[in-house]
Amino acid sequence: MDVLRDQNWVLSVGTFLPLVGVLVMLFIPKADEELSKLVALVTAVATLGVGVYTLTQFDFDQADKLQFFADAEWIKVISSNYTIGLDGMSLPLYFLSMVVTVLVMIYSWNHIPSPGNPKAFLILMLILQTGMAGTFIAQDLILFFVFFEVVLLPMYFMIGVWGGEQRQYASLKFFLYTMFGSALMLVAFIALFFKVRGALPEGVEASFSIPQLAEYGGLLGRSAQIWIFGGMFVGFAVKVPMFPFHTWLPDAHTQAPTQGSVILAAILLKLGTYGFVRIAIPILPEAAKEWAPWIGLLSVIGIIYGALGCLAQTDMKRLIAFSSVAHMGFVMLGISTLTPMGFNAAIFGMVAHGLITGMLFFIAGSVKERYHTLEIARLGGMLKQMPKLGWILGFCAMASLGLPGLAGFWGEFPAILSAYSPAVGLPEETFRTFMVIAALGTVFAAAYLLWLFQRTAFGEPKPEFAGNDHGHGHGAHGDDAHDDDLHDVNIFEWIAWTPFLIAIVVFGVYPQLMFKVIDPAVQVALKAFGG
Amino acid sequence: MLSSILAQVPWQSPTIDYHAIAPEIVLAGGICLIILVDLFTSESRKWITATLTGFVMLGALLPVLTLAVSDVDVRSMFDGRYVVDEYSLTLKALFLVAGYVVVLMSQNHVEEGDYYQGEYYTLLLTSVTGMVMMASSRDLVSIFVALEFLSIPAYMLAAWRKRDRKSNEAGVKYYLLGVFASAVMLYGMSLLYGVTGSTLLSEIGSKLTVEGQFGGVEALAITFVIIGFAFKVSAVPFHSWAPDTYEGAPTPVTAFLSVASKAAGFVALVTLIYVGFPQAKDVWQPFIWVMAAVTMTVGNLLALRQTNIVRMLAYSSISQGGFILMPLAVAGTGDAAGPALQAVIVYLLVYAAMNLGMFAVVIAASRTTRSGEISSFGGLFSYAPALGVLMTIFLASLAGIPPLGGWIAKFSAFRAVLEAGNGWAYAIAVIGAVNSVVAFGYYGNIMREVWMKPAPNGETSAVPTPSSLVAALSITVVGTLLFGILPGTIMRFGDLVDLTGAFGG
Repeated sequence: MDVLRDQNWVLSVGTFLPLVGVLVMLFIPKADEELSKLVALVTAVATLGVGVYTLTQFDFDQADKLQFFADAEWIKVISSNYTIGLDGMSLPLYFLSMVVTVLVMIYSWNHIPSPGNPKAFLILMLILQTGMAGTFIAQDLILFFVFFEVVLLPMYFMIGVWGGEQRQYASLKFFLYTMFGSALMLVAFIALFFKVRGALPEGVEASFSIPQLAEYGGLLGRSAQIWIFGGMFVGFAVKVPMFPFHTWLPDAHTQAPTQGSVILAAILLKLGTYGFVRIAIPILPEAAKEWAPWIGLLSVIGIIYGALGCLAQTDMKRLIAFSSVAHMGFVMLGISTLTPMGFNAAIFGMVAHGLITGMLFFIAGSVKERYHTLEIARLGGMLKQMPKLGWILGFCAMASLGLPGLAGFWGEFPAILSAYSPAVGLPEETFRTFMVIAALGTVFAAAYLLWLFQRTAFGEPKPEFAGNDHGHGHGAHGDDAHDDDLHDVNIFEWIAWTPFLIAIVVFGVYPQLMFKVIDPAVQVALKAFGG
Repeated sequence: MLSSILAQVPWQSPTIDYHAIAPEIVLAGGICLIILVDLFTSESRKWITATLTGFVMLGALLPVLTLAVSDVDVRSMFDGRYVVDEYSLTLKALFLVAGYVVVLMSQNHVEEGDYYQGEYYTLLLTSVTGMVMMASSRDLVSIFVALEFLSIPAYMLAAWRKRDRKSNEAGVKYYLLGVFASAVMLYGMSLLYGVTGSTLLSEIGSKLTVEGQFGGVEALAITFVIIGFAFKVSAVPFHSWAPDTYEGAPTPVTAFLSVASKAAGFVALVTLIYVGFPQAKDVWQPFIWVMAAVTMTVGNLLALRQTNIVRMLAYSSISQGGFILMPLAVAGTGDAAGPALQAVIVYLLVYAAMNLGMFAVVIAASRTTRSGEISSFGGLFSYAPALGVLMTIFLASLAGIPPLGGWIAKFSAFRAVLEAGNGWAYAIAVIGAVNSVVAFGYYGNIMREVWMKPAPNGETSAVPTPSSLVAALSITVVGTLLFGILPGTIMRFGDLVDLTGAFGG
């Protein structure tokens, strides 16, 4: 196991610092909302500070190795340790989770969703941050599982308490789906441990350590691998979500508060895909080969299904949610090729999707706040009324459909390309068919995104929102609220969004910035495939 | 005639290790003390009995600790019929701490309900004494005595709210079914004695299959004994008493029954299986497998339908019992014996912390809601955030969500099962996995009420929680969190070597 142990406190601090903030916040009276927000924001910024420090100390020339590696005794009886480390595959996601949390906190400054109570809301967000960051640094299956699960409850409450009309249904659905997946995943992890322990050479002590399992997982028999991979597949595929397991996603996304949607899209979905590239495929190469065509098939179904789903939506947020299904389909297609190119594309795609779709959900939240509706048919003329918001939406729609020069392109295009020549041993014909279908999917993506942009931003504003005409207001908000609400992007939004927008351009123009970090680690992960 | 028999065997007084039975002595002394104190205190000062009971429990814990650190690992008395080893000490500590927490939970409940305090605590102590004895018993007779010792006071405690018909029903149901179970078990024990000529478990273990002889009588005997304890741990289909008893009994008593009494049943079951019937795994493994699968499934499905929180917790505890049985279903297969024992012990410890905590929160919250309906807990988080968060922690732990105690319990159960690694093991692991998801349906339902619903009566402030209840909540929540985040703290209990004589060892 090739690791660097320098400054190995960095990751633990970065992961658990939010919990310190939570502890402090517990002692802040509920009524003092400003102080709660301040402490939460300071904590998130401090965490990001640690993240930046991690970035500066990361040895980019050795991105293939686990850095800041720490290994402490945790649950000795079951051979599970507190093993953490960061390599080129996890670094972008780890860092992204910290950035997103800070930006979401800034956005929350004047956007606490009903029914208020910023203290509880922000505490949940900080716990989420710990869970997300922890998942990306865990190098022990049990530790990974614990962090993977830690994000469940905060998100459940975030959707269930601060969500939309159908929040209770959506939150329960989200929870049950994910929990079902992780229950099978846990069984698979334990089975893997025992099977590998039986196959270990003399003198090697069995453990749940991911690098060790990746080294010896290949010793397992074929059928054992296939079954264990199946268990993990369900766990990760629910989280991604892949095609037949995706039904929780539109509900959860639509009902979640803006901040919840952004975190869900930007980070939580990546826990699933990350599980594939970090755990399932490197540890069980034989099974991965066996499953790859099926994963590829489900991915392209997801791409087409998600796109068609988008075209059928009347609600802007739901449309963006379905576009997530399609985008994650591209990511999974890249993964299913088992090639370095596909993996690179997938990880790039994860980050790009996190930035772009996160941004789109932010916009949706702001649109909802201004118009009190997300019904596409009722929106229109945004470019006239709020030109800045309209153009940002246009920019993100372009990025999302994979326009070259923006970040989305580098997740999609190489993924499609990699399907042309999948790893040795995979059926080439099949994957080339997938490639063609996926390419078709990009056309659909252009269709639904441009359609969305056109209908919401072009034309004249709808009469009910036009000018000072109070009489046309609707329902409970039928007072002069619209008049005040229809303002362009405000300062908090600018602060929260600008980093996203810059990152989308920077990674679009200079993708090598990320690829050079990811690639060495990908090569290690794909060792078993001769990649 | 009797004298002539006695004359043949010269009577020798057995050597008694007073250090080893010091916890029992403290408890016995405490029982007498509380009866006496109760006699001589006026009605307004009866709270003294509660405080004293608490001290007795803690006082009995002291010798348990000194025994644990002493150099002698195993103290065996009466030809191995009463053994104090690591296994029994762990469980004695569990029973005493659980008993202490129940006393803390009872204090205000019993006082405000105007119940008979002195008698209540005497019976509670007696029952705990029975449990402490159960942990050491390695003989059919001492197991039976311990069982009755712990059960009979519990029958009375269940019916403590004398003027409440539900409480009466609770007591009678519990009593009748309990006695029936005892009878079935006694019949099994008598058969065992008839077949092997001994009541000593280790001897039964070695004689059960001499020269491969293993007939229907033995199988019947073992099945009957296990059925007897299946009643105690309320395993399906012997669970029918539990919901009614739990609902009718005073809530602290319910907590006591669902945790301590259940744990005592499991302890007896484990001792019997590991020391008494290790050779007979072909009989008990399939039997327990079916029982575990049915128990967790039926318990879950019925819990989903409950509207009363205590009834729901009753079914939830049935279902949790299925999870505790799960590792025992493979305890005789391959290398699974050790992990299975560990899983059961760890599960019992974690379960005690989280379930007692859950009941403590229910008691505390009910002071405001004045109702046991789940819907009455709506909006708890908005007017009593601390109770809301605590309830969430306990519910999440019961549901097995990391990093709370419940997950390590479930994890070690799954691990033990998968260690066995045959088809049956995988099958029950998958059943367990599915069930642990289903369970969130009802645990999550309460969380939903607590967090996402408005308060039904428009409460804005909670009735303050008395300090003893706060203490009970603190103990249990610390346990729940600690076991989950640093599982090493409990995972070292319940090694196979701790159980003297297990598998003939």
